[in-house]
Amino acid sequence: MLTTESIQKIDREIAKYPADQKQSAVMAALAIAQEELGWLPSEAIESVADYLGIPPMAAYEVASFYNMYDLKPVGRHKLTVCTNLPCMLSGGVDAAEYLKKKLGIGFNETTPDGRFTLKEGECMGACGDAPVMLVNNRHMCASMLPEQIDKLLEELK
Amino acid sequence: MAILGTINPLLTVGWNGDAGWRLQEYVQRGGYKALRRIIEEKIPAAQVIDEVKKSGLRGRGGAGFPTGLKWSFMPKGEGEKYIVCNTDEGEPGTFKDRDILRNNPHAVIEGMVIAGYAVGAARGYNYIHGEIWDLYKRFEEALDEARAAGFVGKNILGSGFDFELNAHHGYGAYVCGEESALLESIEGKKGQPRFKPPFPAAVGLYNKPTTINNTETFSAVPFVLNMGADAYLAIGKQNNAGTKLFSVSGHVNRPGNYEIPLGTPFAALLELAGGVRGGRKLKAVIPGGSSAPVLPAEIIMDCTLDYDAISKAGSMLGSGAVIVMDETTCMVRALERLSYFYHEESCGQCTPCREGTRWLYEIVHRIEHGKGRPGDVDLLRGLTTNIMGRTICALGDAASMPVQGFLKHYRDEFEYHIEHGKCLVPPEVQRAGSTFFKATV
Amino acid sequence: MLDIEIDGKQIQVPPGSTIMDAARALGTYIPHFCYHKKLSIAANCRMCLVQVEKAPKPQPACATPVANGMKVFTHSDLAVTAQKGVMEFMLTNHPLDCPICDQGGECQLQDLAVGYGGTVTRFKEAKHVVLHKEVGPLISMQEMSRCIHCTRCVRFGQEIAGVMELGMANRNVHSEIQTFVGRSVDSELSGNMIDLCPVGALTSKPFRYSARSWELARRKSVSPHDSLGTNLTVQLKNNRVMRVLPRENEEINECWISDKDRFSYEALNSAERLLKPMVRVDGALREVEWNVALDYVAHALNDIAKNHGAESIAALASPHSTAEELYLLQKVARALGSGNVDFRPRRKDFSTDGKRAGTPWLGLRLAEIKDLDAALVVGSFLRKDHPLFAQKLRQLAKKKGKVSLISVSGDDPLIDLHARISVAPRNLSRVLAAVVKAAATLCEVAVPAGLEDVEPCEQAKAIAESLVKGGKKAIFLGNVAEQVDQAGQLHALGAELARLTGASLGFIGEAANSVGGYVAGALPGAAGGLNARQIFSQVRKAYLLLGVEPEFDCANPQEAVAALKQAELVVLMTPFRNEKATDYADVLLPLAAFTETSGTYVSTEGRVQSVNGISRPQGDARPGWKVLRVLGNVLSLPGFEYESSEEVRDEFIPAGTEFVGNLDNNVDLPLSPLAPFVAASAAGLERIADVPIHFADALARRATALQKTRDAAGPVARIHPETLDQLAIASETQVRVKQGEGEAILVARADVLVPPGCVRVAAAHAATASLGEMFGPINVERA
Repeated sequence: MLTTESIQKIDREIAKYPADQKQSAVMAALAIAQEELGWLPSEAIESVADYLGIPPMAAYEVASFYNMYDLKPVGRHKLTVCTNLPCMLSGGVDAAEYLKKKLGIGFNETTPDGRFTLKEGECMGACGDAPVMLVNNRHMCASMLPEQIDKLLEELK
Repeated sequence: MAILGTINPLLTVGWNGDAGWRLQEYVQRGGYKALRRIIEEKIPAAQVIDEVKKSGLRGRGGAGFPTGLKWSFMPKGEGEKYIVCNTDEGEPGTFKDRDILRNNPHAVIEGMVIAGYAVGAARGYNYIHGEIWDLYKRFEEALDEARAAGFVGKNILGSGFDFELNAHHGYGAYVCGEESALLESIEGKKGQPRFKPPFPAAVGLYNKPTTINNTETFSAVPFVLNMGADAYLAIGKQNNAGTKLFSVSGHVNRPGNYEIPLGTPFAALLELAGGVRGGRKLKAVIPGGSSAPVLPAEIIMDCTLDYDAISKAGSMLGSGAVIVMDETTCMVRALERLSYFYHEESCGQCTPCREGTRWLYEIVHRIEHGKGRPGDVDLLRGLTTNIMGRTICALGDAASMPVQGFLKHYRDEFEYHIEHGKCLVPPEVQRAGSTFFKATV
Repeated sequence: MLDIEIDGKQIQVPPGSTIMDAARALGTYIPHFCYHKKLSIAANCRMCLVQVEKAPKPQPACATPVANGMKVFTHSDLAVTAQKGVMEFMLTNHPLDCPICDQGGECQLQDLAVGYGGTVTRFKEAKHVVLHKEVGPLISMQEMSRCIHCTRCVRFGQEIAGVMELGMANRNVHSEIQTFVGRSVDSELSGNMIDLCPVGALTSKPFRYSARSWELARRKSVSPHDSLGTNLTVQLKNNRVMRVLPRENEEINECWISDKDRFSYEALNSAERLLKPMVRVDGALREVEWNVALDYVAHALNDIAKNHGAESIAALASPHSTAEELYLLQKVARALGSGNVDFRPRRKDFSTDGKRAGTPWLGLRLAEIKDLDAALVVGSFLRKDHPLFAQKLRQLAKKKGKVSLISVSGDDPLIDLHARISVAPRNLSRVLAAVVKAAATLCEVAVPAGLEDVEPCEQAKAIAESLVKGGKKAIFLGNVAEQVDQAGQLHALGAELARLTGASLGFIGEAANSVGGYVAGALPGAAGGLNARQIFSQVRKAYLLLGVEPEFDCANPQEAVAALKQAELVVLMTPFRNEKATDYADVLLPLAAFTETSGTYVSTEGRVQSVNGISRPQGDARPGWKVLRVLGNVLSLPGFEYESSEEVRDEFIPAGTEFVGNLDNNVDLPLSPLAPFVAASAAGLERIADVPIHFADALARRATALQKTRDAAGPVARIHPETLDQLAIASETQVRVKQGEGEAILVARADVLVPPGCVRVAAAHAATASLGEMFGPINVERA
């Protein structure tokens, strides 16, 4: 069910590991599938598992263990806000509250227009830049004070 | 973010943010000189290990294990072996490796290739946590540069030594920072730590002997070899050689990374970081990442920042992540968030951690929300002793030590919460401590 | 050897042993949940924490290697405090619903909680709830909140069953054992997970809520299904078999049993049990008393013998019968003067009869399999024909034994194979000949005559190499190798390959008495007689069928049933009614089923295992040996004065025999001429008939839960996609499958695992009972 482009990307990941260790590429392959599809439906997990020659349950264990995989659909923009202690001390929780109010949703919810999903994150290793948030697992935003948040939401259509 | 301040810097010299990370600039700063010298002078692997041993370099990931000694545990001779770099930086408060990958990825590559040469490994992986995707990509770019220049891959610098190096990304699991969980993760499995022994040097990645070091450790290796073990040993203080990156977060004016020699007084670091935000009073500091027991201001202000002094004060230097809390901080709320973190990040494998971290969180959560019960403090303390030392990996200990530390020094705040159902630090004081809304006012 | 002291008791253990190993050797019990001797070490439950001298922290006994001079304390304060601490955590989120839990009374958690649990809980929070899972008809996962996350079930799947169906999803306290998106657990060994589960999370669906473990009487028995001689414990309540569990025997089944062994007991209480003798009166079968039925049979047999000669009488038994039944059936037939007796109804080629040096058997003891360096299996649906035998080869392959497979389909045996070749049945002997030739070349000896024109492929060479180079090696001929036209030639080629390579040669054997039947002499002997095939191709006047269901059990059910319809007398001795048999049966004699009769099974390794009758026969059913004994009396035949089944057995297996003698797989048959290689395109379609695991014998066919498994799904016509294209038939459309006079309407399904030019259509199923040869020409057309 994955596009040729995704398969090519997965092949590049497989090449990083010894020939008999294709399973090593499962994390990357699931991330690639999620990037293509927006989330990880079970069909995608299964096709990744089949492609790597591992049991679907083995791939599902991985997909459900790491918290950047989305096993349910998310909005076009997934905002993951770190609220862990160092961020909290510098406004991480306040930023999350601000977003909740502004978007009218709670954690793990999606705006009715399908634009935003809000997630509570754990430490992203960027505590010096607090408050930090991650957009779609890819783009980390630093020092997210109200003005910066407003600007970000404006940019993300 | 580049480095914000230094005292006698070593690793961070010449860092120039996004503008100075490429191979060309690294070479200009003396990069790959150590590797080149080893290859050109055909320095025996054992001699490289001895030099690292002699330098006193200790692992910068948190445990502080002597790096050269770790390398020497690898079996000698032929056979598949691996070098793994741990850039799964997720211990709350720690963000130094991120800046190393941003500013100087080639130092990590050079350190890993040298390690591969020293232990006889032909393959390596750098495990980079998924939240810093741009730096994972940057590291891959740096690898491409290094491959093209003959520093990585087959027949490195014409020596006949092969070392293939790749990046592997995480995708959101703190526990993968534990070295055996990290290996499981590279193998494409859940990040569940393995029981030790056997240690990775005997049975590691794909069940082959493996050396795992932290990003900062690998990045220090070229510097150690360039300046020589004796010179490196001379920095810092006894048993605490060299400089270290300290990540300062929380209630300081300039949160960020600082490179200082081990043994520097905490007060000096606090000053580098601009002092306590808003000129408020320092309340407490977690000196080594969230797992380290918290130390009250009066204790930490008398400490130097090295493995021994912090340990003597009742905490750990850990990864050098300094979380600063001022007088507006409610310690119950602070612990509640940390306990939630450890519960959330428990891999779920072994009973005391899976059940215990959840239980700890639920009790602290209750106390924070005014539903504490008499006896809760003792119950918490009792549970931590039932978790500590009884789990497969150190996450159980990591979840317990903050609880013990907070209860040891701030029991009164917990008792107050239980008795009165509210914070000892009034809410308006806590709110006043937030800089978030002030920015708009 | 390493010295270790545990609680003051000293023992020596080999290097690599754990504290748990040492404790077990000493007979010291250390509490545990996740540890299991047959599974990898997980060390996740932490219940086995013990104090080790000089170690500051308690260590898990299951995972801690013994060091020389180590001193361990399993009951010290440090150890017990740790164990109690773990137990407290274990019970926090456990529902503590023992009174309504099926595991109650045989629950490790319940037992250990008595010793290590507190009397009051300090846990005052809300318990975590885990939703139930639906995983098929055998295992219930209704109460997953009870799960303690020991992962024994997960490890069993990965390591023993060879397929990871269950896994532990999520993390932290939200970890849950589950299948991939609600799929069923389909492994043929799945029931073992119920035994492994130390709590009431995985329970037996058929057994649930039907009895408490302490109400059950436990009796020893042996599986009547495949040829392994699997040891069972049968549990009864009020004379009803409630449950079947493995009885550990490291030399045979270890601690496992297959799902068929475990759940086929349900057939004992099937509504299809035949409860009274029946005789055809005025065209309809009527219930009669035993004496009436036996008199009828005796008179009819005597009449036929007198009018048509004794050779017009034939006797055919199921190889699942007891050895005593097989012995007495041939004794009755021979005493009547007929040598037409056999117990191999699915066999087609009998060319080795009279040419064998002794009783065909496995060629080595089951316990020796684990020490092989190389093994070759020829003609077998391994997993489904022999679940536990396949498991042994799976473990062998993991230990770097080279296991190869030559067969008629590409089914995944879940074994890490060294090499495999899948070909049309008609080309099997040519492929084995290629391995023989490759082996001869490697051994630098002359290629046996007749094999000159064979061209070994790379896989054949790899197989030959593994057999030539290995130290201890074995060749196994499976069910298919005994069922195809070239069975004799495969036997001869196997013997030649064994001779060349020094491997043992053996037959895995289809049924519980595949060896026992030979020992009992239930086949044509030196005095002549018709074999299982000839009795139908040369129609007889009278047929005595013991446990055989001709529609399902014969190599060519079409031919068998046609013959039976022409006979004057057809006597069915069977535990079950068979609606189809009303067409041709004249007498139905109700036999005691498995567990209801004493008797003997001689397993594929020649092991003699006698069992007792442990439940009363249903209705008027009687043990087969008694029925045949009385029939002998009524026929006034000499030598039928037995008082017990042991007396019967002692007549052909000397008392006290552990393994039967005269086991010998040598055969005096030429290797050639080999049939020419027939390419898929050049010939008509050839049928490949597997015997689905839960249709292989009369018991399994009537086991209700087994019949709901995926393995019991109705037959389809599996065809290679290229062949489908040539036939211009689309996958998943209905086709008419024809053999001779018979036909079946089935769904065609593209399957790359089927060799081109073949059609895989299962035998032993009502939907295909009208078809002919299991292996032979077949036609497929759009329906």
